[in-house]
Amino acid sequence: MLTKRIIACLDMDGGRVVKGVRFKNLRDAGDPAECATAHARNGADEIVLLDITATSGNRRTLLDAVRGTARSLFVPFTVGGGIRRLEDAVAVFDAGADKIAINSAAVRDPALIGKIAGRFGSQAVVVAIDARKVAGGFEVFVAGGREPTGRDAIQWAREAAACGAGEILLTSMDRDGTQSGFDCGLVRAVAESVSIPVIASGGAGSARDFIEVFRDGRADAALAASIFHFGIENIAQLKRELHNASVPVRWPC
Amino acid sequence: MIAIVDYGAGNLNSVKKAFDYLGAEVVLTDQPETVAAASKIVLPGVGHFSSLRALEATGLRKALIQNASAGKPFLGICLGMQWLFQGSEECRDVAGAALFPGKCQQFPSDVKSPHVGWNSLTVQNRSRLFRGVAQDSFVYYTHSFYAPVVTETAAASEYGLWFAGAVELGNIFGVQFHPEKSGDVGLAILKNFCEV
Repeated sequence: MLTKRIIACLDMDGGRVVKGVRFKNLRDAGDPAECATAHARNGADEIVLLDITATSGNRRTLLDAVRGTARSLFVPFTVGGGIRRLEDAVAVFDAGADKIAINSAAVRDPALIGKIAGRFGSQAVVVAIDARKVAGGFEVFVAGGREPTGRDAIQWAREAAACGAGEILLTSMDRDGTQSGFDCGLVRAVAESVSIPVIASGGAGSARDFIEVFRDGRADAALAASIFHFGIENIAQLKRELHNASVPVRWPC
Repeated sequence: MIAIVDYGAGNLNSVKKAFDYLGAEVVLTDQPETVAAASKIVLPGVGHFSSLRALEATGLRKALIQNASAGKPFLGICLGMQWLFQGSEECRDVAGAALFPGKCQQFPSDVKSPHVGWNSLTVQNRSRLFRGVAQDSFVYYTHSFYAPVVTETAAASEYGLWFAGAVELGNIFGVQFHPEKSGDVGLAILKNFCEV
């Protein structure tokens, strides 16, 4: 049986893992390679590394972190942040990523999705969408949540899938870092609109939140960062609780 | 020396990295001579079945079939396993090696595609590739087309229907999942291949 995935996300700034609340107030949470292997050992089904302050100046830092992390990681590894062109994606794959996540660049140039998928396969292209609730729906934001686009999140998810995306990583900006639960309404609306897997992100605080987003939100996977880094929710313990609640998970792993 | 065949399809680094981690001697190659000289062959691959066309132009197709048929241990991963069958609905004008019967098809429309994530394996006890691997172990899949369950199926998974997770016939092995991304279970399977 296909299981629901638990994904540990490492937000990286200047070579260190950090975590903020609603995309602000960053706290240090450790070395990316060490964090990634610790999470994998603890039962994480995948690791996502996001360079949240990606600029052309620190590409080398990101690639070094990807290389260091990939060396001893034997679960799927996704890297995102600052991937604007096919060449950026090639460098990240060469450094050891299995998938790349693109966000702002895909909104600006949806053809980029097809270009990367054409070279590495759709399964290697995750389109990340940052969405915030607005009157009448959910709006897509880019540039780390700073710029509104006026685009509807569900429409954009459909278009991204049609362009060749293999998965959607859907973050609720309203819930990010708040530990107040996933936005199941948003997740379900997108999950029911596309035929590719949807990863729910933003708001994880407890095992109950994960159970809800898998059941009510119809998510294929759920991602969290801060609750895993600071030991609030241990992944192995979380999986045991999901298993007990009859949510199919890779357990024991 | 294990030859990992590079035919320009996707990213071979993670496959190489897993063998490196196991202490196996590996080389990435696009040369038929290197394939012929190797003690074992791995054909990886992700993406579209049409990328297998590259094997034909380079003489690799002939070298792979000759060496596998002559008894050299061969492991096809993902697209590399699909190539062992007769072909795929994904690209009808590229022929597979036809070492296993049947064609790869798309998953039915009532399940999401691609099939992405960790799924459990129902393993045939006699398999050499799965020696020591527990029944219902989880492995990581990512694919839109599947190979049919055949007599030589060494392990099967279910996603809308039952499909071949792995095939095994003598020295020829194929896995639809990614052992290099399947944690300790995947590493155990690759180790078994190294020891065949």
